[in-house]
Amino acid sequence: MSLTYDDVVAKYEPVLGLEVHVELNTKSKMFCGCSTIFGAEPNTQTCPVCLALPGALPTVNEKAIESTIKIGLALNCSIAPFSRFARKNYFYPDMPKNFQISQYDEPICVNGYVDVEIETDEGPKVFRIEVERVHMEEDTGKSLHVGGATGRIHGAEYSLLDYNRAGIPLVEIVTKIVPGTGKYAPEVAKAYVAELRDILRSLGVSDVKMEQGSLRCDANVSLRLIGSDVLGTRSETKNVNSLRSVERAIRGEMIRHAERLNNGERVVQETRHFQEDTGLTRSGRSKEQAEDYRYFPEPDLVPVAPDAAWIEQLRATLPERPSIHRKRLQEQWAVPDKEMSAMINADVLDVVEATVALGADPAKARGWWLGEISRIANEKDVAIKDLPIAASDVAEIVALVNAGDLTDKLARQVVEGVIAGEGKPAAVIAARGIKVVNDDSALMAAIERACAGQPETTQKVRDGHLPAAGALIGMVMKDTKGQADAAKVRALLLAHLGQSEG
Amino acid sequence: MIRNSASEMASKLASGEITSVALTQAHLDQISAVDKDVHAFLHVDTEGALAQAAAVDAKRKSGEKLSPLAGVPLALKDVMTQKGIPTTCGSKILEGWRPPYDSTVVVNLKKNDIVILGKTNMDEFAMGSSTENSAYGPTHNPWDLTRIPGGSGGGSAASLAAFEAPLAIGTDTGGSIRQPAAVTGTVGVKPTYGGVSRYGLVAFSSSLDQAGPCARTVLDAALLHEAIAGHDPKDSTSINAPVPAVVAAAKSGNVKGLKIGVVKELNGDGYQKGVRTRFEESLELLAAAGAEIVEVSAPNFEYALAAYYLIAPSECSSNLARFDAMRYGLRVGDSEGASAELVMNLTREVGFGREVKRRIILGTYALSSGYYDAYYGSAQKVRTLITQDFNKAFEKADVLVSPTCPTTAFKIGEKANDPLAMYLNDIATIPVNMAGIGGMSLPSGVAEEDGLPVGFQIMSPVMKDDRMYSVGAALEAALLSKWGAPLLSTIPALAGSK
Repeated sequence: MSLTYDDVVAKYEPVLGLEVHVELNTKSKMFCGCSTIFGAEPNTQTCPVCLALPGALPTVNEKAIESTIKIGLALNCSIAPFSRFARKNYFYPDMPKNFQISQYDEPICVNGYVDVEIETDEGPKVFRIEVERVHMEEDTGKSLHVGGATGRIHGAEYSLLDYNRAGIPLVEIVTKIVPGTGKYAPEVAKAYVAELRDILRSLGVSDVKMEQGSLRCDANVSLRLIGSDVLGTRSETKNVNSLRSVERAIRGEMIRHAERLNNGERVVQETRHFQEDTGLTRSGRSKEQAEDYRYFPEPDLVPVAPDAAWIEQLRATLPERPSIHRKRLQEQWAVPDKEMSAMINADVLDVVEATVALGADPAKARGWWLGEISRIANEKDVAIKDLPIAASDVAEIVALVNAGDLTDKLARQVVEGVIAGEGKPAAVIAARGIKVVNDDSALMAAIERACAGQPETTQKVRDGHLPAAGALIGMVMKDTKGQADAAKVRALLLAHLGQSEG
Repeated sequence: MIRNSASEMASKLASGEITSVALTQAHLDQISAVDKDVHAFLHVDTEGALAQAAAVDAKRKSGEKLSPLAGVPLALKDVMTQKGIPTTCGSKILEGWRPPYDSTVVVNLKKNDIVILGKTNMDEFAMGSSTENSAYGPTHNPWDLTRIPGGSGGGSAASLAAFEAPLAIGTDTGGSIRQPAAVTGTVGVKPTYGGVSRYGLVAFSSSLDQAGPCARTVLDAALLHEAIAGHDPKDSTSINAPVPAVVAAAKSGNVKGLKIGVVKELNGDGYQKGVRTRFEESLELLAAAGAEIVEVSAPNFEYALAAYYLIAPSECSSNLARFDAMRYGLRVGDSEGASAELVMNLTREVGFGREVKRRIILGTYALSSGYYDAYYGSAQKVRTLITQDFNKAFEKADVLVSPTCPTTAFKIGEKANDPLAMYLNDIATIPVNMAGIGGMSLPSGVAEEDGLPVGFQIMSPVMKDDRMYSVGAALEAALLSKWGAPLLSTIPALAGSK
């Protein structure tokens, strides 16, 4: 690569177009009653409809329509009072009907936008990404090409087909062309997909797991000379399976396009596949001869005509937009930007919020989730969310510490116990025999024993040499097996020896 | 016994005079005797039918309350899925396929204890007007074995005329129930689109296909209509409303004060003389029964045939894409090293007949980018205009009438190489499908010049199917009193017939 990214953006302006496919998390498929659970034995979640047996007919999953309308509303779209399904015709073995039921010229949601904020050289800047349409369709089955080096159909000895995924509801979110992002194009795209993911998660309509394919991004990229208003030829990169890959894929395509253009070559309009290992894309099928999908209105399904009152009802249930919600939390909790980002990056914002909602102090809640619990998660190499500890557990522990029933040190043992599967905090405390020694007379006895055992040190403290108290406190703590509150021991000891904190 | 109407059979079953097993066996015997000549059936389910009949007899014996047609046998067009029973749609491409599920029509038939004798022959995927396009050989018209029984449901209609079954199920996309009824002297009804579920009806043209009853009398058709109709959540286009009271209408047959509109465009030039004579005579009989005859015009009907031959092939090109050898049916060329694409191509090349290929190619072309607006788009506009013509006509008349087809049954082979001439046979039936309304054909006698049956078509507005039954029953009664016996009693006897 002779060109640097800086060279590219000094000469060219990137124009983006993003198509995001979201698998909805409905219990049943888009057009039949089959289960949608991920990972079942191949071809066990099928029926005459999703196998396209002769005579079978689709019927629309109402829940999928509801989810799609919610998505449209959350993306500031208009909801069409009348929309239709259409057939997209092409032959492929993993598509049982040899047409996909999709939406074509009458999608259910149109003309929305998403604002994303990224850090620029001039500080934070908001970019508005305009959404052209949000439409419903069905997923295809999966082909597994066996034999041959590449795992692709060419060169394979045979192929296996799994139709469990055939008919899973998909929502496609298509942006209008996105010019004007300049050198920030890759970051803007990443921020857009991240924002979409957060919105979709807050709506509860999808698992939004990019690694499992429940959120997939196709990135269209073209370049034009800065100042030109003629669009360049675009490539469409598929198989972009993480937020980081969105950024890498676009950056890589921008450089690839620029190299071709600088060499006087044409950019070929084609589908490309992103390679996670190299960060480069490889050519897929060429779209030079546009495939003719022979779209026409799906005659087996009546049009979708959502009631206006129902749409308003759904609008009223929309949660606060995640980015706005975050800003509000940050203000309420008075958290610095850095800490806020740390929570978002560690994916603990929701659980911290839940912990706070159960009465914990925001700083304490944040401290536990970002501190001890994150540490254990790192140690075990699992996601914090997958640890068996809940917001309610942490809230309970925080409350016990506040009440003086636990010290921080003991609280850590309780957290460890809960994560180790020993039960809820109360059960861990009981089973491990953890308790703070709060009984003043018992503490006093221990203090007297310590003083009697260390007369010289005791005298030093009596003479006002307070740092010497540490040794005595240590003895008391040892005597009480660490279950005493060190601060309290110190206060009692100093009072006993006629001293006070200077 | 087999020459009775279904309702006569039903009352003999109810009174205990006959059993369903005996009745079913009598029909199976008739099939054995005559079907070698008629070839109405592609598959006869002797064992299944007798078992079902025995079960109905047992239910009746135990005093269970049964539906009106319980125990009466029926022939099922081979385009409807029936669990475990071969379903070919008259095509090689589905040879050997046994559906793992029942169509909603079959579910309803079984619920009503109607005994299913077997599957009837048809033009491949219901594409044709003569049943000559069946991959399994043509069906012969029992009136004259050298002639076509109509199509696509020629098997169902012929089975009625040959007394192999008193009831049959047909499907009608452009006339496939009504035209066979007309040329075999039987009754066939295409209900309002959405009146009978399409779930399990192997699709030809989804927006036009409609299953319906075939019978020898208007009342029998009405009884079967009520048994199979009604809302089905498995069919998005199924109408969620009560089934029109067609049995009551067929029983009353009252047309006093009813306005009957004669469609000016569906008569005259191109219609055989004997067809026109019978039509005029039927109008006189209806007028005598108290109906008022008026003339209506439907100027856009002249475009119906052209629009139909864009819409139906377009939809079929997509509907038939699923026959690709991957999951069921025929598979050709699956040898070492053959790609999926090659196997798909070879299977479709071998598995589909000429007419099916013709329509797939036509439809693929009509939907292509750059042609869509000119062809499919314009055809949809014509469809709207035809619907408007009907709406206007129904402002003037309660039902509309015409001859069902321009001619009586033609000779087998006569039009096989002239698709356009073949298509013209459906000129009077197609507008009904385009508008989604109801249509019935019933016998109005035979044409004097050839002695072959002529059909009388009655059309009624959406979900007013009861009206065509009232008119049909009135005409049937008037003709019966004129003739003294049903038309089918004059059919020449088939060799070996009981």
